[in-house]
Amino acid sequence: MADEYKDVWVYIEHKDGATTPMSYELLGAGKMLADTLGSKVCALVIGENTEEIAKNAGHYGAAAVYAVEGASFKTFRPDAFAKAAASLVNKFKPDILLCRSTTQGQDLSAALAAQLEVGMGSDAINLQIDAGSKAMKLTRAAFGGNFLATYMNTRSKPQMATVRPKVFPMPQLDAAKNAEVIKESFSIAEDDIRTKVLQFAQSETAVNLIEADIIVSGGRGVGGSEGFSVVKALADALGGAMGASRAAVDSGWIPYEHQVGQTGKTVKPKIYIACGISGAIQHLAGMRTSDCIVAINKDAEAPIFKIASFGVVGDYKQVVPKLIEQFKQKLNK
Amino acid sequence: MKIVVCIKQVPDTEAEVKWDLPKGTLKREGMDSITNPFDEFALEEALLTKEKYNAEIVALTMGPDKAVDVLRNALALGVDQVCHVNDPAIAGSDTLATSYVLAKAIEKLGGVDLVLCGKQATDGNTGIVSGELATRLGFSQLTFVGKIEEIDAANKKIKVQRGIEGGNEVVEGKLPAVVSVLKGINEPRLPNLMGIRKAAKVQIPALNCDAIGAAKDKVGVEGSHGKVVELTTPPPRSAGEMLKGELDEVTNALVDKLLDLKVIK
Repeated sequence: MADEYKDVWVYIEHKDGATTPMSYELLGAGKMLADTLGSKVCALVIGENTEEIAKNAGHYGAAAVYAVEGASFKTFRPDAFAKAAASLVNKFKPDILLCRSTTQGQDLSAALAAQLEVGMGSDAINLQIDAGSKAMKLTRAAFGGNFLATYMNTRSKPQMATVRPKVFPMPQLDAAKNAEVIKESFSIAEDDIRTKVLQFAQSETAVNLIEADIIVSGGRGVGGSEGFSVVKALADALGGAMGASRAAVDSGWIPYEHQVGQTGKTVKPKIYIACGISGAIQHLAGMRTSDCIVAINKDAEAPIFKIASFGVVGDYKQVVPKLIEQFKQKLNK
Repeated sequence: MKIVVCIKQVPDTEAEVKWDLPKGTLKREGMDSITNPFDEFALEEALLTKEKYNAEIVALTMGPDKAVDVLRNALALGVDQVCHVNDPAIAGSDTLATSYVLAKAIEKLGGVDLVLCGKQATDGNTGIVSGELATRLGFSQLTFVGKIEEIDAANKKIKVQRGIEGGNEVVEGKLPAVVSVLKGINEPRLPNLMGIRKAAKVQIPALNCDAIGAAKDKVGVEGSHGKVVELTTPPPRSAGEMLKGELDEVTNALVDKLLDLKVIK
């Protein structure tokens, strides 16, 4: 592979121009790779207005920002964004390109990888540089987390990956740091864009399990949809999101968007509290990398206790309200 | 309207998985296999769409001889036609090669308005193929779809709800489109006995790369850019502390331990 390919690019996602600190999280992982390679970490920003995002990317450690602006890029649309990204990639030839494995990151990466005809690794949980070949080694979970597969693409560049949110530490915000901004023009006719976003309705429960630091989940053991009001009360008291096991979702007690596990979402919160979840391997696959796992279950033999940081044998109906009461007391709420 | 539903045979989620290293591919022989659970929702959505709008459904898979089982299941459920791409050369395809093979097969079928896929497969878990496929075909890329609101075949339009972070996005796309569906979009039906009997009698020919016009150097291990170089089992996570005692003591201790983490504010 010709070494005209250099630098590590990180795609900064936004929703209609708005970002959260998490949008910039991969600048941390990107910097780590770039330092190992002796190259730079750069941000890729595509949007209607990119100035604010470019400035923030600099504060979060990007050495340079490549930006494409235009009214066509107000809302994320995979074909338009991938075409814009491809034109920049072809011109500036990054060695590595990272996106988060969110719906937007996955969509953009898939479209871009197919357009560039390059390989990509999805939902990485670790990234390293191979000492010999200087290629990126990407580790990801396969078969419901029963295996960790390490993948390398030594045939094409850029080496692309989506990265699971929250597995790498957030980069430090430093308002004194600024990036060089390289604005490139790329335009696409509205008629050549195949989709149009008509509206966005925030979910009533605003489930954002992937971003949540605290998740309280319920399983078969909560016994019914009423049980989930207890689970939700704890999630609310802690400012967390509510999750569920497949058993609870399949029983119709709670919508699918809450499901954690092999056929649901993979999450990595700082605290995961499992209420009435026995811990089937498919559920564990979706939450076993949480920093702290609390299991509350009547059955002392439940497999979830084997991986729990803290276990409580007891009925969630008694334990959870007690927890809420004591949290409120100690947090002075 | 012509619908293609892409389905994949995957190891039973309970099965023991074996790998072929150094090739870095899965040993599929002698393993219990099922239709990828996410693809069942795509199949059902194809059947529901046919019932609502009148359509012809082709179920498409790529895989070895055994993969014919998932097509038979699709026939038993009521798809009109099946397409089995089976060529030793395609074994070990990564997402790039897989999307190439599927795109070639879909182009060969011709006149396709809608391609339905599951959100991801439970073996590789990449969730990438549908997006790559849309790009290769030049179709609209509509992923993570929780509801198909409307299809207007005459005006070549489709309106869907996508389940994205924090809410639902309503998107209108041009047809043809590739739509990947979420679990929960419908409740997949089971085949009935008559369907199973009928499906058992259908001859399912295998199409090789030549038959779909796929170049051999773009498929299989040769056409794949990525390679699995190492496989490990995740580090074991050991059990922590069981909190014992009266309810009050236990919850008190737990609350203190969790507050010590400085995450809850």
